[in-house]
Amino acid sequence: MFDYETLKLIWWLLVGVLLVGFAIMDGHDMGVGTLLPFVGRSDIERRVVINTVGPHWDGNQVWFITGGGAIFAAWPLVYATAFSGFYWAMLAVLWALFFRPVGFDYRSKIHNATWRSTWDWGLFIGGAVPPLIFGVAFGNLLQGVPFEFNDYLVSTYTGSFWQLLNPFALLAGVVSSAMITMHGGVYLAHRTEGRIQHRAISGALVAAMVTVVGFLLAGLWLRLGGIEGYVITSVVDGGAMPDPLAKTVVRAADGWWRNYQQQPLLWLLPVMATCSALLTMALLIARRTGLAFILSSLAITGVIGTAGAAMFPFIMPSSTMPNASLTVWDSVSSHLTLGLMLVATLIFMPLIVIYTSWAYRVMRGKVTESHIRANEHSAY
Amino acid sequence: MISEQLVDLSRLQFAATAMYHFLFVPLTIGMVWLLVIMESVYVMTGKTVWKDMTRFWGKLFGINFALGVTTGITLEFQFGTNWAYYSHYVGDIFGAPLAIEGLMAFFLESTMIGLFFFGWDRLPKTQHLLVTLLMAIGTNLSALWILIANGWMQNPVGAEFSFQTMRMEMTDFWAVVFNPDAQAKFVHTVSAGYVTGAMFVLSISAWYLLKGRNVEFAKRSFRVASAFGLASVLSVIVLGDESGYMVGEAQKTKMAAIEAMWETEPAPAGFNVLAWPNETRQANDWAIEIPWVMGLIGTRSLDKEIPGIKEIKAENRLRIESGIHAVVALEALRKNRQDADALKLFEQHKADLGFGLLLKKYVVDVRQATPEMIQRAVDSTVPRVAPMFWGFRVMVGLGFLMLALFALSFWSTLKPGGMTKRPWLLKWALWMLPAPWIACELGWFVAEYGRQPWTIYGVLPTHLSVSTLSVESLYGSLAGFVGFYTVLLIVEMYLMVKFARQGPGSLGTGRYDNEVHA
Repeated sequence: MFDYETLKLIWWLLVGVLLVGFAIMDGHDMGVGTLLPFVGRSDIERRVVINTVGPHWDGNQVWFITGGGAIFAAWPLVYATAFSGFYWAMLAVLWALFFRPVGFDYRSKIHNATWRSTWDWGLFIGGAVPPLIFGVAFGNLLQGVPFEFNDYLVSTYTGSFWQLLNPFALLAGVVSSAMITMHGGVYLAHRTEGRIQHRAISGALVAAMVTVVGFLLAGLWLRLGGIEGYVITSVVDGGAMPDPLAKTVVRAADGWWRNYQQQPLLWLLPVMATCSALLTMALLIARRTGLAFILSSLAITGVIGTAGAAMFPFIMPSSTMPNASLTVWDSVSSHLTLGLMLVATLIFMPLIVIYTSWAYRVMRGKVTESHIRANEHSAY
Repeated sequence: MISEQLVDLSRLQFAATAMYHFLFVPLTIGMVWLLVIMESVYVMTGKTVWKDMTRFWGKLFGINFALGVTTGITLEFQFGTNWAYYSHYVGDIFGAPLAIEGLMAFFLESTMIGLFFFGWDRLPKTQHLLVTLLMAIGTNLSALWILIANGWMQNPVGAEFSFQTMRMEMTDFWAVVFNPDAQAKFVHTVSAGYVTGAMFVLSISAWYLLKGRNVEFAKRSFRVASAFGLASVLSVIVLGDESGYMVGEAQKTKMAAIEAMWETEPAPAGFNVLAWPNETRQANDWAIEIPWVMGLIGTRSLDKEIPGIKEIKAENRLRIESGIHAVVALEALRKNRQDADALKLFEQHKADLGFGLLLKKYVVDVRQATPEMIQRAVDSTVPRVAPMFWGFRVMVGLGFLMLALFALSFWSTLKPGGMTKRPWLLKWALWMLPAPWIACELGWFVAEYGRQPWTIYGVLPTHLSVSTLSVESLYGSLAGFVGFYTVLLIVEMYLMVKFARQGPGSLGTGRYDNEVHA
């Protein structure tokens, strides 16, 4: 089929697609979770909010699970090094996600105000914490992560949990949170009406503003604030057997800008991120909620694409042992596994898109308070 | 050197999170087919009671499913967080079925479950039935890929070690998929799930019948559950025997431990119904034996021998001694990839590399291994006999008890009023409710504890597979998982009992006892 080098490139793109898919699909219901306690003021209002994503959150969450599985299969060293290195951050994500399945399913099964409001805050945590932590993780990837390999390729993370929470990484966390909140607000505006829709739009507008400002600020910080990028200095043989210790890597002040200098077309990504977020705001004010959802999806694609394009071919640079940095060339699976997984993805991804679209089509339309009252025992 | 405490805590955390997860999974796997059956009858006959059955049992299914998803998220990521070296070493093979599970099965299941619960008024009857059916197919395909991954840990076929990448690499995907170990496990495990689903519906229906509540609803549910349960429990037992048929080294070792067979007996070997295994004497203090049976089950022949524990250990000693050369050669190759002598030596002993790595538990440089260390490594290659022996016997005993219950229940449904006339049967059905869960957990215990000291049998020792984390981190995360899961389990049980007690009245249709009024 494809030669090894091409497959490695394709898998970089595919992991990107899965990540963007996760951010758009699971992102909108996480955004809804983040907004839930603020947009819904009464029990019935909160039920309206929850039921906009009720039939879909579970399918959306599989983007996260499959993303994890795909990274395991295609980039096993990244899966191993990142998840064990970011141990407590990863556990915080998992534990926050625990609140979602039970929050959605159990909340409205008991008529008790304390019970319900407890689960509402659980859904808030399940929606707000993961995007924040993923943003912080990305912020750390851009700065390099302290990890090392020995001869057996056993990875050891030498940093602490607290050093992950540095100022730049926190800014990346804010951008990620704001972007996902914007997206959730736009979705909510599309699926609700009246007071709830009004509050969702206000929330989304604020979040979109924070996204744009934070994104531009992060870019300026990277350019002027002394965050160094990484550059491979040895000759890269893309078709070679993956060995993360075979190359040499140095830090360079303009490391994350070189791709943009060599391929000016890449500038379209940050431009798309910024313009789409601004257009999302305009469309929300004009109440064109469906179109706004597409634009906020493009904004997310732009933000993730901007960071990915800056770092290519790096996935996880090592700050303490730069030569051990993980790149798309040397942290990947074998030729056979990459090819096989590509075939599986090409077969199943279109099917997933088709039946997911069908599910949204079946459940389309506004969720209203009278709808909840009519389905008292079956609605969430 | 990796601290033993870290390894033990990592194992404990994996065992705890996996066993919690498997409290919910078998019920999902089984009940989803019962929902398909009930809804099919509804679509064919148009009788509302069958729709109510689908919706009520579906409601309990949903309460269980929520925790299945919650505890399942952990398992997809725990290989990376806690078993980083494992993930690197075998991710090339093991990661693929996990990713395919997501793409082919879990997406389907999770998307359809939303429509199952919320699509009743929005979909025509047949389309809703299709949704339920796709949900069932997704659930079962999910089990297939997970068991392909697990089967590979027991019998690692279709892969080879590469010293350049320092990991196992896939050489034959179809060998991994059609691994006989994986296929036997899949059928055995999903059948056990079907039994769990059937027992759940049978027990709760029996309780309604004992109380004289929702009798028409309960009778129909009891009938479906007893027929489905009988077929399933037969399949579990027959295919359990199939997974007992030895296809690899791991199975041989497990079988010897399960049967407390210390010595290799002349074929066909006898079967120890009960025995008192004594680890220090390497013999049974006493045993009740049926001649021939073990040889027949294990080899399907009268003349093939089944190796006893002592013989297995003697073979493993040779492999460990050969493995030392493999490790030494590999370490030379890692320093210098062009070292031709090392490569030659490595190729000769490559097959025993995993056995050589066992010594890393006791010494950094395996050349320094003392005879005492080698002896400890040899002894570690067979799991402790008593837990295996008893775990297996309790599981099988419960299996036959359930077979008797389902057979009698099914027979009682053949005559009108047959079940309501036999309160003893209904009580028995009620008290058997925990049986399938105990059997399922023991089954996993025997399969996974029996694989020790390996994560991948013969390839990667458990103690090398862990992430390099601090022991404090493990204490923290283990406490967090156990605390979190226990609270959630209590909440789940509370809701399950509440809605099971209330019964189909909780649907608010106005057709049943204990109606709720909004």
